[in-house]
This record gives sequence, C-alpha cells and structure tokens, in this order.
Amino acid sequence: MVKEIERKLPVVHVCTIVPISQTVGANRIVPAIAIPHPFGDPTRTPEEEKVIRRRLVEKALKALQTEITEQTVFAS
Amino acid sequence: MAYRVIHYINQFYAGIGGEEKADVTPEIREGVVGPGTALKGAFGPEVEIVATVVCGDSYFASNMDKASAEIVEMIKPYKPDAFIAGPAFNAGRYGTACGGMCEAISKQLGIPVVSGMYPENPGVELYKKSAYIIETPNSAAGMRKAVPAMAKLLLKLLKGESLGTPAEEGYIERGIRKNKFYDKLAAERCVEMFVAKMKGEPFETEYKMPVFDRVPPQPAVKDMKDAVIALVTSGGICPKGNPDHIEASSASKYGEYDITGVMDLTADTYCTAHGGYDATYADRNADVVLPVDVLRDMEKEGVFKKLHNKFYATVGNGTAVASAKRFGAEIVDKLVADGVTAVILTST
Repeated sequence: MVKEIERKLPVVHVCTIVPISQTVGANRIVPAIAIPHPFGDPTRTPEEEKVIRRRLVEKALKALQTEITEQTVFAS
Repeated sequence: MAYRVIHYINQFYAGIGGEEKADVTPEIREGVVGPGTALKGAFGPEVEIVATVVCGDSYFASNMDKASAEIVEMIKPYKPDAFIAGPAFNAGRYGTACGGMCEAISKQLGIPVVSGMYPENPGVELYKKSAYIIETPNSAAGMRKAVPAMAKLLLKLLKGESLGTPAEEGYIERGIRKNKFYDKLAAERCVEMFVAKMKGEPFETEYKMPVFDRVPPQPAVKDMKDAVIALVTSGGICPKGNPDHIEASSASKYGEYDITGVMDLTADTYCTAHGGYDATYADRNADVVLPVDVLRDMEKEGVFKKLHNKFYATVGNGTAVASAKRFGAEIVDKLVADGVTAVILTST
C-alpha cells in the first residue's frame, strides 16, 4: 500500500517492524512503539500515553517535511 | 549416532497461546514440541530433534537482536549439527523470526539451517539469501506438504550431498550462481532462447535479472500549515462492529470511514478487525493505532491545515501483495481527488 500511495503523494510509514517496511520499499519510515499499540504505551497513564503519541506524530510530520533521496529511517 | 537438530517454533505452535501470548520470551525445551513430531517422523532415525526453542512472535519481532542473541546462547550447550525453523507459512512475524534465527545460527555456529515459508511471507525477502527456505502453501493446512520437503533438504545438507536447482529441491531461490559445463556454446544457447522467445515458446533464462520494485520518494511537504493530512492503516481500525466485514486475515477489501467531527476514537465507537495482533489495546482506545485524537489537537493548533475527513483501513495480516497493491492504488486516487497533500500510514 505504502508504495502505491508514494507514486502520487508523500507518505510516511509509521510501523513497528522496520525491517519489513524497508523490504517492502517504504521511503520515509518512522519506528513505532510496539506491535499491538504502535502509538501508545499501556504501562503509562492515558495522559502520558497521549504525550508519547503526540511526539510520534510530530516525528512523522517532520519526516514528511524532510527532503530525501533514498529510503530513510527517522529514528530517535 | 544420529544428527543433533534444534527446532524453532512460535508460542502458537507450542500451545502456549495466540496473540495474547505473543510477547512471551524465548525458552528451550528438551525433545520435540508441536510440529516437531511431524518433523521427527519425516527425518526418521538419522536425525534426533534434541531440543525445541519456543519464542513469542511479537517478542522476537520487537527485539530482534536481543532475542536472537538469547536464543543462540540457549542453543550452544546442545552442540547441534543443524537448525530448522517453522514452517511459518504466511505468518509475517513468525517468518521474520524463523529467517532471523536461521541467519544468526548460520553465521555464528556455521551449521546448516532450513526454514519453510509461503513466498509472500516478508521473512522470505529478508532472509532468502541467508537460508534455504522451502516454499510452502500459505496456511498450516499445508503442513503435510511442507514438513517432508524441509526434512529432506536438511538431511541432504547434513550429509553434504550436492543440491539441485531451487525448482528441483523446492526451496526459494537464494541468488547463488554455480558454474556448469554445457555442450553448446553460450552464443548458440542465446540464439536458441531468442528464437524460442520470438516464437512465443517457453524458455528458461540462465541468469535472471533482479527485480527492483522501488518507488522514488516524493518531494517533502513544503508548508505544513497548508497541508491536508490523511490517515491510512493496515492495523484494521474500523467503526465498532466492523460494518464492512473486513477479514481478520487475508483481507480482500479496505474500508473508507468518515471521521467528520470525530475528535477521539473511543472503545464505544471504534475497534480493530485485525486478527494478527492482540486487540486488547486497540479495542480499548483505537488512537493507539490510528492517532486521530492527537491529529485533531494539532489541527486545532494550526500545525497543518486539515485532517482529511475520511480514513482508510485494511487488515495487513497474510494479505496478498496483489490485494495490498490494489488497495493502495485505489486509496491514493481517492485521496488526490479529495485534495489530500500528505499521508500518514500506520502499521502494527
């Protein structure tokens, strides 16, 4: 899906298993938190979780605003 | 003396549990467990499965380096002659774990390794160069076909017998080239192939070109304040009750859902249709897979112009590549027509 979308629109893939995303061929990749909750952490309070989620979304938006020439993993 | 083999399986095949147990840490048990019984039968007296490693699929996929290092240490005391993993069929995380373990064991212990997977399993693309992977059907219904082929190949490797072509042995091509003598010159063979091609007759190339299916990156979003952002997910998020009946695995469709006025995905309104991960968290608060709440906050703050009023979702669990391709192509056309300028695609 990510590649077909990339043919026409900039897309960031936020996903947990980065090697699979790389193999599939996503270009902008942001590593997520965990498989059953990529944008959350159930060990935290709902408020803390939302802060974590916000940071991850900010990172995704930053990736979309970053000019790249090849597959890039936006870690840390 | 029989050859000593270690078998790797996931928590499901070990009978520990399904997705709710997918984060169990690795353990090693003496003898055969689960599908090891069938493998043992296929090997016969020449091979003894001395121990079975069991690891949760999510644990492995989320901690690949750590998990594989732990498992290599667990295996060493058994002094194995070979390692066999799976078969994983079309289970993505399981295939990744089987392939990852085969690669680690082969590199660190230098012993033969074999696994079994469906060709579209992501573990194949990742690890086919590192291990012999027998091509299997896409579900466990193919166990009876997969097991004897895996056992036969591993036994050949253990005995140091020379292997035939991938088609003859049933494994997925590894890209290894071997020198071979022909009676006919290359020029003659080449012309024969060309003539066959012109006539529309079948022919087999001697050197397959690699297929690079890559899409060049789109230019970056210049002005986020003007951007219309859309959400797409393979994590199966849908209105509660899954009105479109998106399949829990091998999805044949995707859903388009209107989120006009939706500020937050709650347990009463949204859930996941995905059958390949523990749904506890997504069913409680689907924002952990599709971050609508945070995007609404940012929309209000003017970080970007607008969150698109529709999101698209399917279940990425054993889904055929051809289906995923079609979903993506259809979805992006709709997004472009609706004036969307950038996409966040989330995957579990």
